[in-house]
Amino acid sequence: MWLNQFLILGALLFCIGVYGVLARRNGVMVLMSIELILNSVNINLVAFGAFNGTPVGQVFALFVIAVAAAEVGVGLAIVLLIYRNRTSIDLDAADLLKG
Amino acid sequence: MVAQNIFFGIIAFVMVVAALRVVTTKNIVHAALYLVIVLAGVAAQFILTGAEFVGVTQILVYIGAVVVLFLFGIMLTRARIGREVEVDNEKRWLAGLVALVLFAVMSFALVDAFEDSRIESVSGGTPQLTSEVSDAIFKDYLIPFEAASFLLLAALIGAIVVARRE
Amino acid sequence: MGDPLYAGGIGLTVVLVTLLKVLVTFVLLLVATMFMVWFERKIVADMQHRIGPNRAGPWGLLQTLADGTKLFFKEDLLPDRADRIVFRLAPVLAVVPAFLAFAIVPIGGNFAEGGTVSMFGRETFLQLADPPVGVLFFLAMSGIGVYGVMLAGWSSGSKYPLLGGVRATAQIVSYEAALGLSLASVILVNGTLSTHQIVAEQAGAGFGGIIPNWNLVVTGVVPAIIFLIAGTAELNRPPFDLVEAEQELVGGFNTEYSSIRFALFFLAEFMNTVTMSALVVTLFLGGPSGPVWGPEPVRTWFFPIFWFLLKLVVFLFVFVWFRGTLPRLRYDQLMDLGWKALIPLALGWFLLLGAVRVARNEGWNLVVTFGAITVVVVVAVTLLNLSLRAAQRQRLADAEVNA
Repeated sequence: MWLNQFLILGALLFCIGVYGVLARRNGVMVLMSIELILNSVNINLVAFGAFNGTPVGQVFALFVIAVAAAEVGVGLAIVLLIYRNRTSIDLDAADLLKG
Repeated sequence: MVAQNIFFGIIAFVMVVAALRVVTTKNIVHAALYLVIVLAGVAAQFILTGAEFVGVTQILVYIGAVVVLFLFGIMLTRARIGREVEVDNEKRWLAGLVALVLFAVMSFALVDAFEDSRIESVSGGTPQLTSEVSDAIFKDYLIPFEAASFLLLAALIGAIVVARRE
Repeated sequence: MGDPLYAGGIGLTVVLVTLLKVLVTFVLLLVATMFMVWFERKIVADMQHRIGPNRAGPWGLLQTLADGTKLFFKEDLLPDRADRIVFRLAPVLAVVPAFLAFAIVPIGGNFAEGGTVSMFGRETFLQLADPPVGVLFFLAMSGIGVYGVMLAGWSSGSKYPLLGGVRATAQIVSYEAALGLSLASVILVNGTLSTHQIVAEQAGAGFGGIIPNWNLVVTGVVPAIIFLIAGTAELNRPPFDLVEAEQELVGGFNTEYSSIRFALFFLAEFMNTVTMSALVVTLFLGGPSGPVWGPEPVRTWFFPIFWFLLKLVVFLFVFVWFRGTLPRLRYDQLMDLGWKALIPLALGWFLLLGAVRVARNEGWNLVVTFGAITVVVVVAVTLLNLSLRAAQRQRLADAEVNA
């Protein structure tokens, strides 16, 4: 297995995730795109760990998974709050602070 | 080795198609289900590189908890069946352009830097054992580990405070 | 480590033996599931002074087969407002993890002699797969099992199934934490994640040469009880069957299902029950271990499988017993039990086992250690109780303001 096949898969997922974050206006769907980005990073970490023969890549992937779980918890709570206050989870409409 | 590459190709293809559906489908529950396919594919890739513990943790945390949480949130807010209107904003072709340029730059940099180096070349192809991973966490990375647990606690409290009815 | 079958490379014999194991595991699980449905109906009937199924086959043994055939030939309804693809996918998502989780259960092998049997001249484990992360694999599969119920509820496009599905998800996710924490105690004591190794650790005589060296005893009973309760909740079986509380939700998440798809949900529920019992036996009761004697094939084949099946039937009976005798919990009682009792208890017990282990390794004074543990436990329980009571007062005050 080449190292690059994992890295390019990761890059592809990352770019799809970036497209999702930019193009979506539904809050939950933006969060899903962020999950894609985090997973692409994990693929890279594990592939580099296997390439260098150290377990550190896997350790960092585990940390990323833990952080992603925390991020989703807080992110969804915020989306629910936006929904409760404005009965819509359209992020483009959440611009109350705009001058 | 050939078999591994074939499996890699199949899984990667399914993952990319599913990831594209995640960011293009109009139905929010379908998007979550396509996300499950991508996450399962990532777990399969981990197992392919010999990182079985991370692979199973991936299934356990992402598929078993994170996406379930997504679906739960969707069903609590709007569980309508069928397409939603206006899930994308008007400038999505610009977003597509950004993503394409980013991918071009990244893949050029990667191909330029690593060319055809193989995963087996440095490590000799022996996968890292779960016990080595746990040794690394509880020896060298103990403080980050504690920080991560503190982060989870803070997120737990934060989520309850934010979502609580006044 | 690992199955000795795969140590010498992959040949035709190895592939055939593996295929045979897949077939046997599948058939065994299906037959056990069929038997379980009959067993449950008979026992519950007995507890309620009825006769139960007695028409199809001797003692009604073929009743499940008859019901299955009937369901198979019924009309398959697809609700007009359903999400077609997800509606068809949901029953499959319920059945597949139920079967996969059973693959890691060792169903035989004399563990005093390495736990292997010989099949066509090859030494092998009597279990389909022995992944190094076996126990986590089981947790992952039960996590995927949630999707069947949840998506069935959502895709039906109808109110009651949706409510049933949301209830089920909240319940299963809550109790998964307690399930995982009680499992952590087993992992801590045995020092391995592989189910084969966990059973091997429990082989042999334990304390005093009479009490078996099972995890039930070694981890101190509490994790086993928590696992059993959390497992029952995970299975959505009575007294935790709020998912399909007929009086409140018509039929729960599967109201809109009919014909073979309904049969698949039914099958998945009972398959999960069998798998959960098998896992309790594997994790806490030493799996196929037990006294063996006699010549070669009887010693390594007959007795271990016999002991395994005997223990399995005991736990299947326990699940039926729960159903026959316990009233259903209210939803707040269910959540209170999960979050305020089982999770703190499982976590506390896990820490306790860890403390005892550290004390033994470091050679600390046992009396002082236990004294310190008692003080910590008392303080922790007091603090927990105080915080729970404060939260309760706050809630009552809020309710008064809102009323």
